[in-house]
Amino acid sequence: MELYNLPVHELHRLLVERQVSAGELTATFLERIAAVEPAVKAYLTLTREQALAGAGAVDDTTGRGEILAPLAGIPAALKDNLCTRGTRTTCASRILEHYLPPYTATVVERLEQAGMVSLGKTNMDEFAMGSSTENSGFGPTRNPWDPERVPGGSSGGSAAAVAAGEAAYALGSDTGGSIRQPAAFCGVVGLKPTYGLVSRYGLVAFASSLDQIGPLTREVRDCALVLQAIAGHDLRDSTSAHVAVPDYTAALTGEIKGMRLGVPREYFPAGMDPEVKTAVRRAVDKLEELGAILEEVSLPHTEYALPAYYLVAPAEASSNLARYDGVAYGHRAGGADNIIDMYCRTRQEGFGPEVKRRIMLGTYALSAGYHDAYYLKALKVRTLIRRDFEQVFAAYDALVTPTTPTVAFKLGEKVGDPLAMYLSDLFTIPVNMAGLPALSLPCGFSQGLPVGLQVIGRPFAEATVLQIAYAFEQATDYHLARPDLGVRGEK
Amino acid sequence: MSGDYEAVIGLEVHVELKTKSKVFCPCSTEFGAPPNTHVCPVCLGLPGVLPVLNKQVVELALRAALALNCRVAAFCKFDRKNYYYPDLPKNYQISQYDLPLALDGYLEIDTEYGSKRVGIIRIHMEEDAGKLIHEGEALNPGKYSLVDYNRTGVPLLEIVSQPDMTSPEEARAYLEKLKAVLQYTDVSDCRMEEGSLRCDANVSVRPAGSTELWTKTEVKNMNSFRSVQRALAYEIERQIGLYEGGEQVVQETMAWDEAHGVTVPMRSKEEAHDYRYFPEPDLVPLRIEAEWIGRVKEHLPELPDARKHRLMQDYGLSAYDAGVITASRDLADYFDACVAAYPQAKTVANWLMGDFSRLLNSYNLEPRQAPVSPAELVELMVMIDRGKISGKMGKTVLEEMFATGKKAKDVVAEKGLAQISDAESLRPIIQEVIAANPGPVEDFRQGKEKALGFLVGQVMRATRGQANPALVNELLKESMN
Ligand SMILES: [Zn+2]
Repeated sequence: MELYNLPVHELHRLLVERQVSAGELTATFLERIAAVEPAVKAYLTLTREQALAGAGAVDDTTGRGEILAPLAGIPAALKDNLCTRGTRTTCASRILEHYLPPYTATVVERLEQAGMVSLGKTNMDEFAMGSSTENSGFGPTRNPWDPERVPGGSSGGSAAAVAAGEAAYALGSDTGGSIRQPAAFCGVVGLKPTYGLVSRYGLVAFASSLDQIGPLTREVRDCALVLQAIAGHDLRDSTSAHVAVPDYTAALTGEIKGMRLGVPREYFPAGMDPEVKTAVRRAVDKLEELGAILEEVSLPHTEYALPAYYLVAPAEASSNLARYDGVAYGHRAGGADNIIDMYCRTRQEGFGPEVKRRIMLGTYALSAGYHDAYYLKALKVRTLIRRDFEQVFAAYDALVTPTTPTVAFKLGEKVGDPLAMYLSDLFTIPVNMAGLPALSLPCGFSQGLPVGLQVIGRPFAEATVLQIAYAFEQATDYHLARPDLGVRGEK
Repeated sequence: MSGDYEAVIGLEVHVELKTKSKVFCPCSTEFGAPPNTHVCPVCLGLPGVLPVLNKQVVELALRAALALNCRVAAFCKFDRKNYYYPDLPKNYQISQYDLPLALDGYLEIDTEYGSKRVGIIRIHMEEDAGKLIHEGEALNPGKYSLVDYNRTGVPLLEIVSQPDMTSPEEARAYLEKLKAVLQYTDVSDCRMEEGSLRCDANVSVRPAGSTELWTKTEVKNMNSFRSVQRALAYEIERQIGLYEGGEQVVQETMAWDEAHGVTVPMRSKEEAHDYRYFPEPDLVPLRIEAEWIGRVKEHLPELPDARKHRLMQDYGLSAYDAGVITASRDLADYFDACVAAYPQAKTVANWLMGDFSRLLNSYNLEPRQAPVSPAELVELMVMIDRGKISGKMGKTVLEEMFATGKKAKDVVAEKGLAQISDAESLRPIIQEVIAANPGPVEDFRQGKEKALGFLVGQVMRATRGQANPALVNELLKESMN
C-alpha cells in the first residue's frame, strides 16, 4: 500500500524504524494532495510551509535519538472551525473568509505538543450546519468513492481527506452527527466523544451544549491514539469534565465475549435503504459470532429527537452566531446608513441560506410567547431521550445501530429539501442530545458505497466503544478498502 | 408633591465589583487604562472562546448578599441575554435570569420618620459591556464610532429593590446606605462618576394611602445621587400633573436630562427588546455550599449600623453624629484611628464633621486620601488643648496642613502662629492697650465687666490673634486693679 493509504499506527512504526522520515512522509502527503485535491476539494487552506517545518522539527527529534510519540511526525488535517493562530479559520463562511485567529484551540495545541504535522484546514458545511458539505461558502467537497456524491457533513472535508489519502487522520466536530455521518459516507472511522471529554476551547461554536471535537481515522487504533492526545480536562472550558483519561489502546484486545449489546428497534425504520439495513444486520451477526450477546432493545422517544434537536441547536446557534456583526472582525458590508443597516447587510451578505434558516428557527424558538412551547419543550424531550439511554444502559454495555439511513447521496439531491437532508442525521442526533460517546466504522457496502456501523456507549465509556469497534474491525476487512480516484500512481 | 398623591419608587442598582480581574477572563479591571489594552480573546468574544467564572466574583457577591440580609440560593445559573449593540462583542450578555444568586433581602434606611426597611428582591451577577466613543454629534453618515472593550467583562452586581420608597429623599437615603454597606464590605468602590455605581429607577404615583399600583415609568441616565433625587422629584411631579390634567401616564423609559432638569422619553426603538433569555451552555450551574456561605458570613466586617451603635455606645456620640461619621467607612476608620490616640471623641467628631469634611470636599478627596493623617490631626488637637494655639487658630492651621501637607507644629512655627502664653511678652502690649483706652478702663473699674471683653479684643488684635486669651484676661485684670 502507498504511504498515504497507511493507518497512523503503521506510519508511526515506519518513522520509529527510520524507514521513512517525517519530512518524506509530509512530502508524500503534499504530493497526494496536489494529485487528488482538484477532484476531491477537501481543503480550504493548505499550510504547506508549516507542515514541512513541523516535520523537520520531528526529524530533528528523531536525529537526537528521542522516543517518538505516537502522533509525532504524522500529517493531519483540521476542520476549519478549529482556531489556529495566524492561519485563517473560516468555518467555510464568507463572513469569516479572511479571519486570522490570535489564538489556537486547545485540541490543536495538544496535537502540536504531540508532534502533529498540520497539512491544512478542511472544508465543511458553513458553521457546521449541514450533512453534505454543500453548505460550504467556498464550494462542495466530493466523496472520494464517487465524485458525483457528497462526502456527508458537516466534517465532509475531514472525512474525504482521510478517505482519499490526503491526511493520515483529521479532526472534525460533531453536533448532531457531523463526524459519524461523513465517516460512514466516506468509509472511515469517526468518533464523537462524550460531551465534556474533549475541550471545546477554540472550536467555533455552533450549538454549545451539543458540540464535541473528535477524530476521523482509517482504523480504530488510530482513533484511540488521537483521542488519547486530545482528551482530558481543560481549565479554559468550564464544561470539560474532571475525569481520568484511561489508556484507550489498552482496550483494543479484540475480545468482546459476553459483552451485552443492544440493538434499538427504532433505528431500523421502514423506508431506510434495505442494503444498509442488510449490511448492519450482518455486522450484528458478526458481533454475535465474536461472542457478544445481542438483543433487541427500545428507545421509545427516538422519533422526537430530530424535532427537538432542530429547536435546541438552532436556538443556541442564533445566539452563538450573533457576534458576526461586522463590528470588530470578519466581513463588513459597505454602504450602510446606520448600525442596524450595517448589521443586516453584513449578515445578509456573509451567511449562506442554511445558516440564515437556522438563525431564524432559533430566534423564533427563543422568542417571547414561543419560548415555552418550543425551546422549553425541546429541553424536556432531551431529558426523555437521555432517560431512554440510561434505562437501556442499565442492562447493556453498548448499543449498535446503523450510522445513517442511506449511503452517500448525490450532490444537489437534497439541497432543495432541508427536511430530507436533516433525516440523514436521524440515528446520530439522539446521541448528541444525550451527550454520549459514539463511533462509526465501515461495515460493508451498498451500491459500491461504504456503510457505517454506529457503536454507542455509556458516558465516558469510550474505551468500551473502541473495544467493540476494534474487535469488529479486526474480524473484517472493510477498513482495508480504498476508493479508486483514477489518479496516476494509484494502486 | 401634592398632598393627595404618594410616590412608589423601586431602584435597580448596578455596581462594579472590586475584583482584580474580569468575571470570565484574566484581564485586569483597572479603571482608566488606554483603550483596548485590557482585552483578550475571551472578553472580545472572538469565535471559539469560552467563559470561565472568576471565583472572587462569587465571593464578593456573597458578601453583598449576606450584608443585605438576602437568602443565598444553593443552586444558581447563568443565562444569555441576547441583544445587538456594538459595545457588546458577543451580542449577548452573560447574566442571571430566573435563578439569581440571592433573593429576599432588605436594607434599613433612616428617614425623617425614623428607621425604615426597604426590601431587596434579588441580587444577580453579570458582565459589563464596553464603552462607545462617538465621533461627531450623532451617528451621521461620514462620522464614526469607536469601541473601547476595557470594561467589557468587568463583573457587575445588579441589586433590585422592592418598590418600597415613597419619596426622592428615601431613594437617596437608600443609595447612600447601599453605598456604605458595599464599601464597608469591600464589594465595590461605588463611584458613580467612574460608573462603578449606576442606578435606574421605577417610579409611579398613586392616591396617598392606596395600595394599588399605577402605571410606572423607568428613569435612566442619572449620574449622581443628587441627580437621582432631582430626576425622581421631577418625574413624580410630571406624573401627578398628567393625572390632574385628566391624562394618563404611559409606561415608557425616560431619560434624565441633567442640563435642563427634565425627564424625556427615550425612543422606543432603544427599549423594545425581547432578550430571548436561555441558560448559558458554556458555563455549568453554580452550586454554593453552605460551608462557603458560612465562611463568608463569619468574615463579614462590621456593617454601618453596627458601627454607628458602637460609636454611640462607646463614645457617647449622638445618633446624628454617629450616623454622619459611619456613612462612609473611610471616615469611620479615620475616626477610630483618631480616638485610639485621643480619647475625647466628641472633639474628634466635631473636627471630622466640620472643617475636616469641608476641606476634603473642597479638595475632592476621600478621607483615606487626606494629606493629614489621623496622628497629625490628633497632634493639632493636643496643641490646642495645651494652649499652644487657639482653637480658632487651629482651623487656619488645618487649612495650611491640607494645602501644604506639613505637620501642625511646622505650620505654626513657620507662620509664627504660636500662641503667646508667656506673661512677660504680653505685659508691654497690655500696658499700651490700657494707656490707649482710658474710657473702657474706667468703665471696668466702675464694675462694667463688658469693658473687659473689649480690652481683651484689643490685645488680641495687637497680637494678630496669637495671645492666649485666658492669660490676657488675667493680666488685664491684674493691671487694672
Ligand atoms: Zn479578557
